[in-house]
Amino acid sequence: MSAPEELTGPRQKLFEARHKVFPRAIDGAFRRFKWAVMAVTLTIYYVTPWLRWDRGPYAPDQAVLVDLANRRFFMFSIEIWPHEFYYVAGLLIMAGIGLFLVTSAVGRAWCGYACPQTVWTDLFVHIERFIEGDRNAQIRLQKAPWGPEKIAKRVSKHTLWLLIAVATGGAWIFYFADAPTLARQLFSGDAPFTAYATIGILAGTTYVLGGLLREQVCIYMCPWPRIQGAMLDERSLLVTYKYWRGEPRTHGIKRAGPAVRRPEEADPGAQAQPGIASLIELAANPQRSAQIGDCIDCNACVAVCPTGIDIREGSQIGCITCGLCIDACDQVMEKIGRPPKLIGYTTVLDTKIAAEGGTPESPIKRLLRPRTIIYFLVWSGIGLGMLFALGQRSRIDVSVQHDRNPTWVQLSDGSVRNNYTVRIRNMQSRPRPMEIAISGLENAVMWDEGGSRETAGRTVRLVVPADQVARRRIFIAAPPSTEPRSDVTFNVRALDEEGGGANDIGNFERPGGGQ
Amino acid sequence: MADNKRVDEVTGTQTVGHEWDGIEELDTPMPRWWLYTLYATIVWAVVYTILYPAWPLINNATAGVLDWSSRGQLAEELAEEGVRRAPIQAALSRIPIERLPENSPLMRQAVEGGRSAFRVHCVQCHGSGAAGTRGYPNLNDDDWLWGGNIQEIHRTIAFGIRQPDLENTHLSIMPAFGRDGLMEPGQIEDVVSYVRTLSRQEAASASARRGAALFAANCASCHGPDGRGLRQFGAPNLTDAIWLYGGDRDSLRATVTNSRYGVMPAWGGRLDPVTIKMLAAYVHSLGGGEAFVPQAPAPAPANQTGAAAPTPEAENVSP
Repeated sequence: MSAPEELTGPRQKLFEARHKVFPRAIDGAFRRFKWAVMAVTLTIYYVTPWLRWDRGPYAPDQAVLVDLANRRFFMFSIEIWPHEFYYVAGLLIMAGIGLFLVTSAVGRAWCGYACPQTVWTDLFVHIERFIEGDRNAQIRLQKAPWGPEKIAKRVSKHTLWLLIAVATGGAWIFYFADAPTLARQLFSGDAPFTAYATIGILAGTTYVLGGLLREQVCIYMCPWPRIQGAMLDERSLLVTYKYWRGEPRTHGIKRAGPAVRRPEEADPGAQAQPGIASLIELAANPQRSAQIGDCIDCNACVAVCPTGIDIREGSQIGCITCGLCIDACDQVMEKIGRPPKLIGYTTVLDTKIAAEGGTPESPIKRLLRPRTIIYFLVWSGIGLGMLFALGQRSRIDVSVQHDRNPTWVQLSDGSVRNNYTVRIRNMQSRPRPMEIAISGLENAVMWDEGGSRETAGRTVRLVVPADQVARRRIFIAAPPSTEPRSDVTFNVRALDEEGGGANDIGNFERPGGGQ
Repeated sequence: MADNKRVDEVTGTQTVGHEWDGIEELDTPMPRWWLYTLYATIVWAVVYTILYPAWPLINNATAGVLDWSSRGQLAEELAEEGVRRAPIQAALSRIPIERLPENSPLMRQAVEGGRSAFRVHCVQCHGSGAAGTRGYPNLNDDDWLWGGNIQEIHRTIAFGIRQPDLENTHLSIMPAFGRDGLMEPGQIEDVVSYVRTLSRQEAASASARRGAALFAANCASCHGPDGRGLRQFGAPNLTDAIWLYGGDRDSLRATVTNSRYGVMPAWGGRLDPVTIKMLAAYVHSLGGGEAFVPQAPAPAPANQTGAAAPTPEAENVSP
């Protein structure tokens, strides 16, 4: 601890430049998993808008389409209207609970593998390596004075980044319009200004966030790590440096070598599996691990880390749990003949048990616990509920709005007329003949704006266009009555083979009920 | 406070020197790009105040080099909207008014346009729901003084009611039977009784029987022998349930004594022809609009002579 009088140097900086991170290339199980996730997520992102789905002549044939202009959301066989937005809310709730589930089980797996920031940063890092070489070459280039080679490399790197950024923004807009048409328009210059502006903005954010800011997004900007940090518990799997195995660190394999080999020589039966044997040996003799650890302080885990942290300092906000340090450390452990997973996925609870020389639980057992099971049940319950609601939902809806001004109209023959606006939603992508019928108001007749009282009856027929709301003015005339207000039910039914219907209740007001 | 500043051992970072129950705060430097975003916002603000109206002066504000104003933007948007509406306006000006209800998409657009024009020009008398009030007719009902098909409504809007300077206006004047001494107060009571039996508000009585004779002599020329009114003269139907000025004895007595004749401005000179068509379409759509029957005699010239006639006629009959 420094005393105050020791703070004699210049005032600490208020602002600090970014410490540049040059992550080294690595291969291993987690790297291959990340490749797979990147391939799948980017394929989904770029290909989805181009999938076609036949919905007949009255609806777009794009499989996934957010039709903002017409306020429709298409997803394969599902069509969502704005009033059904609760399905989207349900999906968001599922995403939230899914995050709880994943985080409580395997920590910040979202951050490490699936987050777009991670995927695009990873892509940009690979491009950087492709052009500028691996970590050491990059550091050399960074220090090198500006010359033709450095300029060429930098320019080509940023050009490639920008191209990918434009392609990223370009793919986004295809979700909001017919992709082939929009693509043609984009190149011919006929696309709406919003399309170009959206591409520009998203290209800018992709380039800046994925290429320039990278890990700073996770550390300074994103609320996710804070939320996820609060959701971890002592049974969540985390990327952990197993300090009880690693410490004290030694530099170089030579000094470390004999310390662990000795017990293996003493127990020939364990020679076939030196790794496990030494682990068991270490676990059984914790005082031995106090003498010399498996960590040779090679800094491979730091070199490969895309956020530039040292995992050996423990779980921290900068760790996105991508597992690349596990791959790096495993390679080293293999080279020096030590058991793998000096850095590995383990829980806080198992860390304690192992550090005290006990046997950790299997990860599967850690995953299955009330918290994760409850999350899973809630998550799947919402999903099943939404599927059920989706299967049950009616594709016809009616809403009756009674005119408020005037609430009633005195007719010359003494009867009273009320006016209504009836809206019928046909949520199918084909026109459907329908009939509106009234029930409940005796001797009343109805007609619409095309009819008249002379031809009025108890029903009105109309064809509701495909995937649209038909709006009809309905007039109902009824003989005088002392009742100031009665109910009248509007029953709508489809006249085609599929049938189905809906109803809504409107008021019928008369003089005396107040104008 | 500053005395407590120290360098934290674990992080190697200086603390801010504040301490609360042993909790201290690290004075971690902010990222430098964060500072740059602050500078960027300052640059943005300066550029913005140069491009757009910003700095207040004594009488106005700096105009900005882009010459943008909210009024200018509104004018632009209105012009765009005008371009969008131009085809509708053109179609509306071409179509004869009586053919408009047949063209249902155009009719709907006309109704919507009429709705907003009505809110501006008509609500002062007819009310925001066009339900009228005492003395101002309800346009929702099926009772029309001067005719309820779209052509007649259009004519009424264009030429108004009782605008003596206009040829095609509706003209008629009901005599003030009481005030001008055409009827004695007792006779007026009898006529009122009779009129109320016509609309079945009162049972037949001796007074009503006396009133029937007076009605036939004085009123039937305009209101018809059966009291069902004559649209030619704008004479209301006295047998129905709708009373513009009230159907109770007091109101009827006042009507017969002092006469009633409402006026309405002619909108032809004030609004453009398309707006008048749209207003006619809107009023026709309110629920009481009648169908246009082509073989009906052209009302305009017939009314012209007829409308002027009733006044002297009525005066001649009564004394």
